[in-house]
Amino acid sequence: MSFHLQREQQFKELEDFIDSVPEKTSSLITVLHKAQEIFGYLPEDVQKFVAVKLDQPIAEVNGVVTFYSYFTETPTGKHIINVCMGTACFVKGSAEILDEFERKLNIKVGETTPDGKYTLQVLRCVGACGLAPVVTVDDRVYGHFTKQMVGKTLEEYN
Amino acid sequence: MSLVTVTINDKKLQVEEGTSILEAAKSANIYIPTLCHMNLHGGVEHNPGSCRVCVVEIEGRKNLAPSCNTMVAEGMVINTNSIRAITSRRTVVELLLSDHPQDCLLCEKNMHCELQALAADMGIREMKYKGEMSTFPKDFSSASIERNLDKCILCRRCVTACGKIQTVSVLSAVNRGFHTIISPAFGLPMVDTNCTFCGQCVSVCPTGALTQVNNTTKVWEALNHKDKFVIVQTAPAVRAALGECFGDTSGKAVTGKMVAALRAMGFDKVFDTDFAADLTIMEEAAELIDRMNNGGRLPMLTSCCPAWINYFEHEFKDMLDVPSSCKSPQQMFGAIAKNYYAKKMNLNPENMVVVSVMPCLAKKYEASREEMKNDVDIVISTRELAKMIKEAGISFHSLPNEEFDSFLGESTGASVLFGVTGGVMEAALRTAYEWITGEGLENVEFSMIRGLDGIREATVQIKDREVKAAIANGLGNARILLNKIRNGEADYQIIEIMACPGGCINGGGQPYLRGDYEVLKRRAGALYEEDQNKPIRKSHENPAIIKLYEEFLDKPNSEIAHHLLHTQYFYKEIS
Amino acid sequence: MNRINSYEELQKINQENSEKLKMRTPSHEEELAVENKRCQRIITVCGGTGCQSSDSTKIMDCLKQEIEKEGLSDEVTVSITGCFGFCEKGPIVKINPDNTFYVHVTPADAREIVTEHLLNGRAVRRLLYEEPAVKQAVRRQDEMCFYKKQNRIALRNCGFINPEDITEFIGAKGYLALGKVLTTMSPDDVIKVITDSGLRGRGGGGYPTGKKWYFAKIKEADQKYIICNADEGDPGAFMDRSILEGDPNSVLEAMAIAGYSIGASKGYIYIRAEYPLAVNRIMIALNQARELGLLGNNILGTDFHFDVELKYGAGAFVCGEETALIHSIEGKRGEPTNKPPFPAESGLWEKPTCVNNVETLANVPAIILNGADWYSSIGTAGSKGTKVFALAGKINNVGLVEVPMGTTLREIIYDIGGGIKNGRKFKAVQTGGPSGGCIPAENLDLPIDYESLTAIGSMMGSGGMIVMDEDNCMVDIAKFYLEFTVEESCGKCTPCRIGNKRLLEILTRITNGNGTEDDLKTLKELGQIIKDTSLCGLGQTAPNPVLSTMKYFWNEYVAHVKEHRCPAGVCKTLVQFEITDKCIGCTKCAKNCPVSCISGDVKKKHLIHQDRCIKCGACYSSCPVNAIIKV
Ligand SMILES: Cc1cc2nc3c(=O)[nH]c(=O)nc-3n(C[C@H](O)[C@H](O)[C@H](O)COP(=O)(O)O)c2cc1C
Ligand code: SF4
Ligand code: SF4
Ligand code: SF4
Ligand code: SF4
Ligand code: SF4
Ligand code: SF4
Ligand code: SF4
Ligand code: SF4
Ligand code: FES
Ligand code: FES
Ligand code: FES
Repeated sequence: MSFHLQREQQFKELEDFIDSVPEKTSSLITVLHKAQEIFGYLPEDVQKFVAVKLDQPIAEVNGVVTFYSYFTETPTGKHIINVCMGTACFVKGSAEILDEFERKLNIKVGETTPDGKYTLQVLRCVGACGLAPVVTVDDRVYGHFTKQMVGKTLEEYN
Repeated sequence: MSLVTVTINDKKLQVEEGTSILEAAKSANIYIPTLCHMNLHGGVEHNPGSCRVCVVEIEGRKNLAPSCNTMVAEGMVINTNSIRAITSRRTVVELLLSDHPQDCLLCEKNMHCELQALAADMGIREMKYKGEMSTFPKDFSSASIERNLDKCILCRRCVTACGKIQTVSVLSAVNRGFHTIISPAFGLPMVDTNCTFCGQCVSVCPTGALTQVNNTTKVWEALNHKDKFVIVQTAPAVRAALGECFGDTSGKAVTGKMVAALRAMGFDKVFDTDFAADLTIMEEAAELIDRMNNGGRLPMLTSCCPAWINYFEHEFKDMLDVPSSCKSPQQMFGAIAKNYYAKKMNLNPENMVVVSVMPCLAKKYEASREEMKNDVDIVISTRELAKMIKEAGISFHSLPNEEFDSFLGESTGASVLFGVTGGVMEAALRTAYEWITGEGLENVEFSMIRGLDGIREATVQIKDREVKAAIANGLGNARILLNKIRNGEADYQIIEIMACPGGCINGGGQPYLRGDYEVLKRRAGALYEEDQNKPIRKSHENPAIIKLYEEFLDKPNSEIAHHLLHTQYFYKEIS
Repeated sequence: MNRINSYEELQKINQENSEKLKMRTPSHEEELAVENKRCQRIITVCGGTGCQSSDSTKIMDCLKQEIEKEGLSDEVTVSITGCFGFCEKGPIVKINPDNTFYVHVTPADAREIVTEHLLNGRAVRRLLYEEPAVKQAVRRQDEMCFYKKQNRIALRNCGFINPEDITEFIGAKGYLALGKVLTTMSPDDVIKVITDSGLRGRGGGGYPTGKKWYFAKIKEADQKYIICNADEGDPGAFMDRSILEGDPNSVLEAMAIAGYSIGASKGYIYIRAEYPLAVNRIMIALNQARELGLLGNNILGTDFHFDVELKYGAGAFVCGEETALIHSIEGKRGEPTNKPPFPAESGLWEKPTCVNNVETLANVPAIILNGADWYSSIGTAGSKGTKVFALAGKINNVGLVEVPMGTTLREIIYDIGGGIKNGRKFKAVQTGGPSGGCIPAENLDLPIDYESLTAIGSMMGSGGMIVMDEDNCMVDIAKFYLEFTVEESCGKCTPCRIGNKRLLEILTRITNGNGTEDDLKTLKELGQIIKDTSLCGLGQTAPNPVLSTMKYFWNEYVAHVKEHRCPAGVCKTLVQFEITDKCIGCTKCAKNCPVSCISGDVKKKHLIHQDRCIKCGACYSSCPVNAIIKV
């Protein structure tokens, strides 16, 4: 599929979703969730599209997008690695695990590897504190994580 | 409303329920500092309770309370000056300063800055807290407004002014925490947004974060250039407020001293935009009558406010034929100066510099529009003029009253009204009435359209015709009217719109009001008084204008008039 | 499933289904009777986030396969259930009526469970939990120290019923409280019961729930709202997640009860986007409840209408604060506003709104059914009932524990939590998350409730309880919390936006060894003013971790500032790694050093070149003979 066609379809999907939302005035965050699900991130044209469709000032839309850490304005890598920096994980040494990921991937938190394969992020508690320290890759949760597991885990997603 | 009894600093007093502690204290002559709180036009209270410089101690409460945002309650015991409250307030200001470039000496807001004043009042003598400072890119993109967000204290007055009053919503808080910034979407420079450059955000900004583009140096350079013939025009609203910059109480027009000052500064000729306002009325009234008689697009909207023009160019692309095609008085003046006056005086237009003194920041942008062909070279605001007079060491109060130069300085009472909401309408009606009826107008004052309400309507009987007129000031109110027109719910023939609440007397280049809207009434009063005192009060009776048509323009809406005095509007896609 | 049209019908369905659940609460005789036998059994497998991430779904599949293979399908059912609270020991599998509790089960264990337990009726000993204190395997849940002192009210159905099957919930008395309320009680009656029970908000503030409902009720309006606050932002707390995953219907039922009491017909659950499983379970519960007419119009044939909608958070801790949460539901930036006005007066779309925490709500149906007296007989004078804590950190039994208010920290940490991991020394326990404080050993015997925790500079908060040992640096911990609050500050008000940032900078200086005594003074003074002047609860409590650690661990601060030393050996710039004479020259450390700054010959003592060392600690953890020390 050509890039443009795909893009068009994505916008169509978003438009259909917005049209299906009964309550426009309060649905901005709901719509942004959907948009990020469709596009993977929230580039300017998507934000503009949402603003026009919901009849809200673009500045406000951008204000909301940049307020919530879940929304991102830059594309993410194929796999998203999240190191939990919640308290339970922190006291069990998740900072060291993060260091190790940074070193192995040669990127800083929030960045994506140049090959677009991995994005490294931190999050604050997935609610699996019993398994601390916790790392998630995409939708999968890894408990009792250790520094030594970093390399192996990366290979799994290579 | 029932009364409640409260004690403030050991004083017992009765105030109405629903009063804030801030107001209650004020009624007892106790002043609590504020930064974020501000009364905006039209009863909109900007009250985020976020700066925390107004905190006071309330007996029985665990934490200090923001006085601007906490309502009195029966039996409340408040201490505004306990050591705890004072220390906390000072700490809050110290924290603000710790993320603030302290270059007051070099700041556009120096001596007019609310933060600076607070720091001075609190006697802050050291930078107690040091740490990372914001480093946001500065925005010098536009001809009107500069943004230096490192000086922003996030009071968000501008956000409310732009979003709620003007409904333009260019600005929003972006990011969060320490990285929060007040910005257009995606950090776009102002020129790439739907900003109208009305300057209302600048008017309310307590610090040097949002300021006018300062052109005073350019003016000094022109004045000192030996080959340049530098003329100046002053808009009507300027004279109604300039005195405030020199400590006068508001409400006094200082026309004569202003003229004297400009002359003393070295302008070759001191003219009056009012002359061009009379000219505008000639063209606009003619256009209106033409539209009414020949089934043209009605209503017709006035077009002398450039912020308002920007507004509909951005947001009402389906209605670009509604506004009058007349240029604003500032631009008409420039066109006449460079094309007629120059010829008449044997001047090379290339060597002429036309300076405008305006109450307005949008006029700076307007002069830079391509269609306007550099007819006006430099635009400064009332505040800039005041600075220049001070810089030139002119003792304003001891100046004699002087007259404008002839003949671009001759004007009528009608044109003075351009400075206040409803004034353009009133001036137009004076002329239209006489043209349509062919009869003299006995009472030239259309008092039913005066006032500062956001939207005003009136039906004016012109012989057997009823002319329905509407006036909006403030872009939010304009939007209401425009939507009515768009939806076919309005049967007005003429609508006047001024972007600034109250009209140009409250322009973005005027001395700061700081939420005191009584000042506006007094400024309006000054203009009405000047109108009253003018021997001629109808634009079409201005002898200089009559002569201009005889010698040069032929008649209103003639081809040459069209070429020089009218313009076109373009749809601008907004980002 | 058919709509339930009356309270009586509901009671009938309850009876039918409670039979099915009986096997899960066997009497001692029933339990003994099945030993060494084949019989009807129910296997419940934990389907909470923790256990699911360690393959519990696969365990279930394997169990089913094996059961089929052995032809046991008629006598053994396998079902999922919610979190048992013992997540660290997960995946958990429980078999009834034998009352056997297996821990750390893997898919590979399915075969043995089926052959040994199901066919022969004998417990698989190696999968039983071993009590660390006595080193003995325990089979029954209620005999494990972890559960013995617990009193599970809010968690009553977690680990008991299948959260995806509303009939099991009804079998466990679900929706009976709603039925009772709608048919036999007036709104004022309900509010009175809740008020008399002494239930206080479990979301952190501890505001009396009955009073909150009362204020929302007396405010007249054409529309009112109930909001369930499921934002659970405290990193390290997961009780709300567990309740929503394990017992979503209790929350829905309680929201309907609250709606009836204050006169609201609409409810919202505001939930973190990071909780996909909980979202899924709520969706299932919502659909089933609607189908049965337990939500929607004319609930149970009465004229009460109530429905619930889900709204997602988007990664902002401050949105747990109720006014911020309301703005977020409205689709705006989650910035708090000053209170008053409180949401009960002017909340969502300026309508009276009652915001309640998940755990608060989960208590409500139990209180309605068992009465105010029952509930208020549990707990302390000012804090009634139980509280769920998320016990985590350096403790043996990590998990969710629900104990009566007034239980001491020592009981929770040592009796239930099994003491400190690896025999290290207890240093502090942090309660209340980023708003709370660190409590030192001297306060271990404090009976905990809202007041006692506040009195010692901490907070109940949402119930996070993080245990720290001697390896944790308290300055570093304070810095950690402040990093969190600075990152999560909305930035609206000055003291929090700039003040907390300055506090953090000072702490960073101190942990880098560049702090001064003036800095310590500033920390205290500024911290106090931030608390005093901030707009919302986030800023008002953000300095707590700093102030409380300064109060109780002053020496550590002084060591950092005056001696440039981190006693716990955590602050990197303040520690040095050194190789002692214990070194046997195995070269492991040299191989592991990422910057190759360790030299030495094989079988000779190695040396660290300090100038190049980046203090990563790799050598420290790789030395087989603990020859490397932190100084
Ligand atoms: C910064 C901040 C975060 C909060 N986070 C939560 C939260 O995650 N969950 C919660 O239930 N309450 C949270 N609260 C408390 C809520 O504002 C509110 O008091 C609570 O939801 C009311 O419910 P309750 O009375 O049942 O406790 C938070 C408060 C603050 C100031
Ligand atoms: S904004 Fe005010 S305080 Fe800041 S530099 Fe300018 S004058 Fe000084
Ligand atoms: S106020 Fe002080 S710093 Fe500023 S110019 Fe005067 S002497 Fe200099
Ligand atoms: S100049 Fe006017 S339109 Fe532009 S940002 Fe300021 S208030 Fe808004
Ligand atoms: S730019 Fe000015 S008005 Fe706007 S928030 Fe900043 S300080 Fe306030
Ligand atoms: S109302 Fe006057 S001052 Fe304001 S933008 Fe328009 S022309 Fe300028
Ligand atoms: S205290 Fe912090 S989170 Fe709360 S309003 Fe102020 S800046 Fe925002
Ligand atoms: S701490 Fe890290 S860098 Fe330093 S010697 Fe050990 S392994 Fe090498
Ligand atoms: S790992 Fe330990 S024993 Fe081996 S060389 Fe290093 S310090 Fe010596
Ligand atoms: S703190 Fe990491 S999962 Fe909760
Ligand atoms: S003036 Fe009251 S908080 Fe800003
Ligand atoms: S998730 Fe299984 S015990 Fe908590």
